[in-house]
Amino acid sequence: MARPKRLREGIIQRFEELKKQARASWQKLWSADKPVILVGAATCGRAAGAQKVIQAMKDELARQGLEAEIVEVGCMGHCYAEPLVTIAKSGWPPILYGYIDEDKGRRLVRDFLMNDDPCLEFALGALEENELLPSFFELPRFKHERIVLLENCGRIDPEEIEHYLARDGYAGLVKALQRRPGEIIEEVKRSGLRGRGGAGFPTGQKWEICRRSPGRPKYVICNADEGDPGAFMDRAILESDPHSVLEGLIIAGYAVGARKGYIYVRAEYPLAVKRMGTAIEQARRKGLLGQDILGSGFDFEVELFQGSGAFVCGEETALIASIEGKPGLPHHRPPYPATKGLFGKPTVINNVKTLASVPRIIDRGADWFASLGTERSKGTAIFALAGKILNTGLTEVPMGTTLRQVIFDIGGGVPGGKRFKAVQIGGPSGGCLPEEALDLPIDFDSLTQAGAMMGSGGLVVLDEDDCMVDIARYFLEFTQRESCGKCTLCRLGTKQMLEILVDITQGRGQEGDIKLLEELAQDVKAGSLCALGRTAPNPILTTLRYFRDEYEAHIKEKRCPALKCSALIAYYILPERCERSCDACVGSCTVEAISTDERKIKVIDQEKCVKCGTCLEACPPEYNAVVKLSPPDLVPQKK
Amino acid sequence: MIIREVKNQEDRSARRKAREILRKFKRTRSNLIPILQQLQLALGYLPRPAMLEVARYLRIPEIQVYGVATFYNQFRLTPPGKHQVRVCLGTACHTKGGQLILEAWERRLGIKPGQTTDDREFDLDIVACVGCCVMAPVTVVDGVPEGKLSPTKVDGILLSKFGREFGQAQEAQGRNNSKV
Repeated sequence: MARPKRLREGIIQRFEELKKQARASWQKLWSADKPVILVGAATCGRAAGAQKVIQAMKDELARQGLEAEIVEVGCMGHCYAEPLVTIAKSGWPPILYGYIDEDKGRRLVRDFLMNDDPCLEFALGALEENELLPSFFELPRFKHERIVLLENCGRIDPEEIEHYLARDGYAGLVKALQRRPGEIIEEVKRSGLRGRGGAGFPTGQKWEICRRSPGRPKYVICNADEGDPGAFMDRAILESDPHSVLEGLIIAGYAVGARKGYIYVRAEYPLAVKRMGTAIEQARRKGLLGQDILGSGFDFEVELFQGSGAFVCGEETALIASIEGKPGLPHHRPPYPATKGLFGKPTVINNVKTLASVPRIIDRGADWFASLGTERSKGTAIFALAGKILNTGLTEVPMGTTLRQVIFDIGGGVPGGKRFKAVQIGGPSGGCLPEEALDLPIDFDSLTQAGAMMGSGGLVVLDEDDCMVDIARYFLEFTQRESCGKCTLCRLGTKQMLEILVDITQGRGQEGDIKLLEELAQDVKAGSLCALGRTAPNPILTTLRYFRDEYEAHIKEKRCPALKCSALIAYYILPERCERSCDACVGSCTVEAISTDERKIKVIDQEKCVKCGTCLEACPPEYNAVVKLSPPDLVPQKK
Repeated sequence: MIIREVKNQEDRSARRKAREILRKFKRTRSNLIPILQQLQLALGYLPRPAMLEVARYLRIPEIQVYGVATFYNQFRLTPPGKHQVRVCLGTACHTKGGQLILEAWERRLGIKPGQTTDDREFDLDIVACVGCCVMAPVTVVDGVPEGKLSPTKVDGILLSKFGREFGQAQEAQGRNNSKV
């Protein structure tokens, strides 16, 4: 049963006015005589020098007496090619350029904007089908990709609500407000949407529990406390398309009957905090937030809360404690937040990507969403590709795509001719999967079976130079540091496991350590309240399952097969390869540990050496005289 | 005598600043973290007298303010250095040698993570992930992410950004080394 006809017409009428204004200013931007220059200026673009490129292009425009509209956009996910610049000039399709620095920026202004030479040597492709040059989307990776949640990222100015409105933004909210909350929940349930925070709980079901739970007021919270090292997709969405998340939160609020929402963003993401703040302000001014939204009678307010840097606050009960002004300690569930959450009231907590999916589901329908993905995991998944992979950045694929397609077809594989060893998926809660597991389709269930989990979607590729024991130690160091200390087994168990792993990587491993690690891992899993402790042993268990031989080499032979663990390796200069007249390594050494002996051969003082590897990089490739040896006693002793 | 006078002055100004910030907030417990964030933004760290003011204002035990301030990584209880060095140890940075970069900073600055140099010029700390994994290994120096680092690039940053004093310190260190 829909809501009354007059009310629905009123909502549509108000929205059409907003949209008309937005469309007009959007069209004016693109159809004016001035060319439009879009520059990717999210955190990744800025780190690569986007601000400098913008300044250089502005200066050059002024020098040439040209006019152009420069728009700072978000992140398209192609971080490997940052800074990215798109130029739309009349008579040409919009062209995307990659790896732009100040000089190339100035050249684009002079050659393309002044003289119609589009500098195709810097172009990655056109962003539309055309007859002049190949489209960027013809690259093989796009056969596998399916861009839904990232569709606005890098295409619109995230600080301009009209851009979002002009691209059908807030259409989902408008459709939602015309229907009853129960119908919205049904639609989300039918779409098969599951929580993108890692556990994959059905979103519609969570909303329904919250709606039916007694107690007022109710709350909805957006969990943007993206703390997994190696995951940055939530940051990219918040910085590039904040309104999609805000719209999802408003719809969630309407569906469960909440009048207040929180967006919990890490304070370590200052740009995301700023852009979300701007988005909230603009939505309020347009009447999309606040009292009587679009005349529907629904009131909703949003508060931006900055998380203070505690990994455990990604856990929902800890996050709630933190908003209440307490240390972020999780508590036992049940009661789940959906029945008893913030200030003891029914509360829905959803991840950034979950909420960004909601407006699209309402706008395009549950069937459309359910047509993407697999039987039990619907929609798309976003992965952050990092580590030893060619095309670092973000990718969005339908659920069910295999890891091999993501890493090799989209990510371009391992650079430098190195051999793929493993992929670490799901951050500190996930695990390391070997080559054999690459044909697994990625969805919530298959990854859990393999011992990993989807987690937040961080995907770090490891090659032959990475030591699996060291990776396990690295993650344990992280979880041990971030354990809140409430549960004994998590607090002390992670510490003990870390100490054993440190001993193994430093050559003090003993017979029986592996068994002890396995026992402790099971105990920590069993004896922890929240997901931090229950999943902390995953990196150890998966590396033991797939790379046990590396543990054994460390323990029995005091050898690191990947030549990574610094206590188990030594740098050595092969006398027969050393070119006596070359001094490259001597000058490069950061601690002056390399000297020249009487035969003019370079020698490393093992006592002074800090094993930073600078000499190995410095030695010219034609000599290749610096090698790593493990165990370190392979270095010949001086007579 | 002079040190105590300076300390008293510091305390007084911390209290004044705290009261100024507190006026903007309602007296509810859920404002505790936003208050501490504002305080740290204004003072660079959370001095004891300022935390005491917060406890009094929110009418909660002092230990609870201290508990929150020490639980979250964002808050620091000691004065920061003039220049801030934050070494990223995210997964991507780790696989690309983040630990070696941290060691290089430790060697050059002569301090460990969480410490400030004696002259309060630099402080050093680690961060879990700054989200620009493409540039790994990354160090954020005074808010600016510096990417694709190596131990030699660390020296380069120190020399080019903080030039002369640091060059002199290096020279002194070099003389010491050659004596050995």
